[in-house]
Amino acid sequence: MHPTNGRTPLIEVQNISKQFDNVIALEDVSMSVYSGEVMCLLGDNGAGKSTLIKILSGVHQPTRGTFLFEGHPVRFASPRAALDVGIATVYQDLAMIPLLSISRNFFLGSEPTLGWGPFRRFDIRTADRVTHDELARMGIQLRDTAQPVGTLSGGERQSVAIARAVHFGAKVLILDEPTAALGVKEAAVVLRYIAQARARGLGVIFITHNVHHAYPIGDRFTLLNRGRSYGTFKKSDVTREEVVQMMAGGEELDSLSAELAEFSRTDLST
Amino acid sequence: MSVSQPAIGRPAAPVDERVARGGSFRRLLVRPEMGALAGAVAVWLFFAAVAGRNGFLSLAGTATYLQVAAELGILAVAVALLMIGGEFDLSVGSVLGATGMIVSVLAVQLNWNIWLAMAAALAFALVIGFFNGYLVLRTGLPSFIVTLGTLYIIRGATIAATRLLTGRTQIGGLDKAPGFDSAKAVFASTVSFGGASFSISIVWWLLVAAVATWILLRTSFGNWIFGCGGNVQAARNVGVPVDRVKITLFMATAAAACLVALIQAVTFTGSDVLRGDGQEFYAIIAVVVGGTLLTGGYGSAIGALLGALIFGMVKQGIVFARVDADWFQVVLGAMLLIAVLINRFVRDRAMRA
Repeated sequence: MHPTNGRTPLIEVQNISKQFDNVIALEDVSMSVYSGEVMCLLGDNGAGKSTLIKILSGVHQPTRGTFLFEGHPVRFASPRAALDVGIATVYQDLAMIPLLSISRNFFLGSEPTLGWGPFRRFDIRTADRVTHDELARMGIQLRDTAQPVGTLSGGERQSVAIARAVHFGAKVLILDEPTAALGVKEAAVVLRYIAQARARGLGVIFITHNVHHAYPIGDRFTLLNRGRSYGTFKKSDVTREEVVQMMAGGEELDSLSAELAEFSRTDLST
Repeated sequence: MSVSQPAIGRPAAPVDERVARGGSFRRLLVRPEMGALAGAVAVWLFFAAVAGRNGFLSLAGTATYLQVAAELGILAVAVALLMIGGEFDLSVGSVLGATGMIVSVLAVQLNWNIWLAMAAALAFALVIGFFNGYLVLRTGLPSFIVTLGTLYIIRGATIAATRLLTGRTQIGGLDKAPGFDSAKAVFASTVSFGGASFSISIVWWLLVAAVATWILLRTSFGNWIFGCGGNVQAARNVGVPVDRVKITLFMATAAAACLVALIQAVTFTGSDVLRGDGQEFYAIIAVVVGGTLLTGGYGSAIGALLGALIFGMVKQGIVFARVDADWFQVVLGAMLLIAVLINRFVRDRAMRA
């Protein structure tokens, strides 16, 4: 698949910088995401991933640089404005309300209603049905959409949040560390739903510091380090090991292994 | 489209063998107000056994505890919505005192029509509610602290202003105010049934609880209340107008306090600057006994209604049982602790159901 062939990216940022007072969080970063691809945004802690996604999702505005959505320059005043054009962000911990039922969570903030005026009411029947069907389309079978979200596992919760974003017409799905707190099996479940979202034509920006989660699913990788970009690489042009090396900063890893070797020698001598 | 799905019909749900079958009975058990319902039945049975022959079971006895429950219940139902929305309001008792006094001062001292005086009191309550909410949202301070401050400001201002204007702390003679008869019919009339007279405040109580339940469970606004209390950041992220929801809830709580003030002012044909003192804590107790979590995001208006019912039954039941009424507070405190423990158990079950 060559998503870049003569098409307009859904999101494209060019030479974006973000400065907080005298701290430069992001300097001269460019990236893009096309429909039907998974763009992985990789970087260690403090690399600037959070700042970049907060710009993409409308929380922050860039200090310098160009932000294009479907080829047109945009400037979002709030996350709601970004959501309205179809940029949905699923945050790791803040996606769901544990004690609220699955279908109430699914439609929170966008409830279907019946009736008019003071008698306008939340159409729970429709909410339950749509939630059940949307989750089934993503391959999640629920016994009961009235059960609290807290009864779901971490992976299922992320999946419900993804299904919700897809249902409400997201064109771009930004996933902030969706697999960070998950076990191996759970992470695999979430990766499968990311693949489903891609198959349905969404552009997915997958933020992670775990190359083992990013590499199997990603089509392209943008690497951030200390607020700057190492560039964007197609999967065909880069190996998993090269990605790991770039992410951690190769020299640091080399000196670490040298140090570790030193430790084991000290252990032997005592 | 869908990748690994059987193409025909709805695929069978994969059954996790570790999930026990839970029926609708189980789901009923984890409703927030179930503990309060069981508690209300237990308290009623207890006093029926202990004080049944002293009049607890008579219609007249029932009418007395229902009236106590009604006046607290109107407050508790509004406080329940606010607490589900993740906030406290400790100023309700002093708003009750202030609004009652506004009605009496305007209608008795200044000879306003009582309905006009009531409208002024309601407007005052709504302003206070708005101010509470605005202050909480603007400062980011816990509402417990902010409304503790407004509690004393309003109570103190009520006492000081009333004494300054009238030289007294109690004002009577509301029954001579223009429009009193129609106000009495709406707020303080009684309905005779089987020889006992039931206060109209019971109707207000049931009405407020019914409207609150409908809003909570059957409207978008209700869903937003749960969202605000459950996880305010998540609610904001999906576009819930959090500030509007919380300010509306503070205003509704103050309006409920005003409604109780109107009922009491008309019933007693006057006001006292100390009226409503301590009601904020009774209301919170009724709400918590009713199954609402102190941390927000979970609870019910029906639960608050039942919590107030338990409060009323215990308060009057102790009198019927010919036990010194001083013991009431002991029972109340113990009930609160037991209720919190039961609530925690029920919530843990809900999360595992």
